[in-house]
Amino acid sequence: MSFMKSSASALAILALSATAGAARDQVQITGSSTVLPYSTIVAEAFGENFDFPSPVVEGGGSGAGRKKFCEGVGENTVDIANSSSRISKSDIELCTTNGVTEIMEVRFGYDGIVFASDVNGPEFAFTPAHIYGALGAQVAKDGALVANAAAAWNEVDAALPAQPILAFIPGTKHGTREVFDTKVIIAGCKETGAHDLFLAVAEGKDDKEKAGNADKACMELRTDGKSVDIDGDYTETLARIDADKTAIGVFGLSFYQNNTDKLRVATMNGVVPSAETIAAAEYPVSRPLYFYVKKAHIGVIPGLKEYVTFFLSDEIAGPDGPLAAYGLVSDPELAATQAMVEAETPMGPLE
Amino acid sequence: MTDATAGGLAAPAFSTPKSSLLSQTALVRRRNAAETRFKAYGIAAIVLSLATLGFMLFTILTDGVSAFFQAKLSFPVELTAETLDPQGNRNRDEMAKVTTLGYNKVLAAAFAKEMTARGIAIDGQSDKDVTDMISKDAAGDLRAAVLANPQMVGTTIDATVLATGRIDGYLKGRVTMETAERDANVTPEQLQLADLLREAGILKSSFNWDFITSPDASDQRPEAAGLGVAILGSAYMMLLVLITCVPVGVAASIYLEEFAPKNVWTDAIEVNISNLAAVPSIVFGILGLAIFINFAGMPNSSSLVGALVLSLMTLPTIIIATRASIRAVPPSIRDAALGIGASKMQTVFHHVLPLAMPGILTGTILGLASALGETAPLLLIGMVAFVDNYPGSPPDGFLDPATALPVQVFGWAQRADPAFIERSSGAIIILLIFLVAMNVLAVLLRRRFERRW
Repeated sequence: MSFMKSSASALAILALSATAGAARDQVQITGSSTVLPYSTIVAEAFGENFDFPSPVVEGGGSGAGRKKFCEGVGENTVDIANSSSRISKSDIELCTTNGVTEIMEVRFGYDGIVFASDVNGPEFAFTPAHIYGALGAQVAKDGALVANAAAAWNEVDAALPAQPILAFIPGTKHGTREVFDTKVIIAGCKETGAHDLFLAVAEGKDDKEKAGNADKACMELRTDGKSVDIDGDYTETLARIDADKTAIGVFGLSFYQNNTDKLRVATMNGVVPSAETIAAAEYPVSRPLYFYVKKAHIGVIPGLKEYVTFFLSDEIAGPDGPLAAYGLVSDPELAATQAMVEAETPMGPLE
Repeated sequence: MTDATAGGLAAPAFSTPKSSLLSQTALVRRRNAAETRFKAYGIAAIVLSLATLGFMLFTILTDGVSAFFQAKLSFPVELTAETLDPQGNRNRDEMAKVTTLGYNKVLAAAFAKEMTARGIAIDGQSDKDVTDMISKDAAGDLRAAVLANPQMVGTTIDATVLATGRIDGYLKGRVTMETAERDANVTPEQLQLADLLREAGILKSSFNWDFITSPDASDQRPEAAGLGVAILGSAYMMLLVLITCVPVGVAASIYLEEFAPKNVWTDAIEVNISNLAAVPSIVFGILGLAIFINFAGMPNSSSLVGALVLSLMTLPTIIIATRASIRAVPPSIRDAALGIGASKMQTVFHHVLPLAMPGILTGTILGLASALGETAPLLLIGMVAFVDNYPGSPPDGFLDPATALPVQVFGWAQRADPAFIERSSGAIIILLIFLVAMNVLAVLLRRRFERRW
């Protein structure tokens, strides 16, 4: 036992000496793996052009990143949380209880979500109704809900190619899945009339709860192997499509743009996904990208304000910058965000 | 068999052999066949595992060897004073206001000038085609070099810069004219230019030391990504694991083996150590986050925290190996030492420990090798990250953010650009070289110092 004690005290001494010498001189960033490549591009350019060290950027997911961000204020907590969805009320409450009261919300652009298949396969022109008709667990047929039995795309719509249905969609832990569910599945559910049928049988105290339950029913996807959840990242989806050439995969626009030699992108409602069509709000499946900055750390962590300002500068986040070249859809209201950062305005309560 | 035991001496069971010993009965044949089959199963199992290993090594090598070669462009660059030092006073702080964008322009202009001078051009090429052949990383390197030595401004230097990942891929056969037509990041014109540049000797592929020494790079410049920070981080962690684990592990083992009374407590400790060795490594990551970062306040992503977490993981392995090798020292050695009047401690340190040393070393090296390949516990303590700066020199450098080799493999495998796949396999090759070297060292030490009784 004495050795256990001595090893424990040795660790404690190490810990004390560690905290004594630790004055952090680099910005620490964590969060969404969708935002990660943008963050690393900026971090690298920041390290090259400033006398500050490059920020350390971690991935791991939006939700996990925001939780880490809300752990508290101080040098051993992160400065910035990247997020591919907006911060939630529960996150803000967690932040407040841990003393993170002033958060700056920075929206720096938009990301498109695209459907793509093997480059040598046929072309697809989708609508959300097609995707729902192919992947929903129950679909509307002659005014009644029936279990989905479609085996090929042309059974969903005669205009689509006669190719067996197989879709690789992001798993539920991904931020992308949320956008897929709301902008494609629920939209398609409403288009096909299935949502009304779900609503008619939905249980709930009031209309709002009923609508929520109908949405939930829409999000039930078929479980007979036609719709496959991918819990890994887009590289895994690409590898699966490579192995199974007839499959359709869901990707981020930037991932597709870096692999145009292997993938053929499908149109949605007749619109080809691109930075322009997303910025003009013509392409329906897109989402804003955010990062959240701990205001209490500005002035304490060297380079934090400079990094955020640099990130949002026109030469980086603007339409001709490296982020747009990588696939980010630049935010038309960038100037307002720049002014907000300059004034260090913390975000108000969520509506 | 039954005959022999039941019959006894009076009635010899084999007095009338039914057949010759040389001819096989059905039973013997069956038994021999079973043995042959069993040997065949064994050989099949070995062949299968060797084939799997061979296949794995083959894929890794075919994918990864190309990461050690890199296309580079060499051409003279005039460091124009108007762009790089507008004030004209060679003051570093004022020159630092010129960003990499300015240096990009200088590089692009110099490259275009060289191409015109050498008469390299094709139909339908655009300015963008030409400037986009230079890696985005080049401007940053040039800026750092100029700021380190401001007197360079105004002179013409022979620059060797990285070509972009797609051009590099073309030289390696990953990118072809066919894929370039569909690829948004490269044009067929650029590939034709690359052919001409190669003939002119401007574009060359050479051994890529930068892959081993450079830090990681962002998704837009796979050609510049290297393992420098990861190798350094792994080396720091292994050193710290060695420093923390070996004294603690060996001391604990000696006490438990030689001094501790055999009672309920030591039994419980023994069971717990064995259990600890079987705990999934991610659990140690969670523990490390809770204790070292959140409670003790050590810096996130630092190699010190990584090493402590890996130490917790390696400690049971080392204790088990050390105890086994101490137990393998024959009791006669101890008895003899005690018999001529040595104290218990003298016996242990003069006789038992030196004899157990080869086993302890082997166990330690194998424990370190498994710690070297570990990613999961590092995930939670912020070491799976993009780290662009080298950690400082020890001891302060132990607190700087760093990554590790397996983490870099994991990180690159997730990147969008196909050029990162070869980098990922290349990193696996480096990791395997380290692991094989450590295992060979373990075998050699055992061979060299092993004693048999």
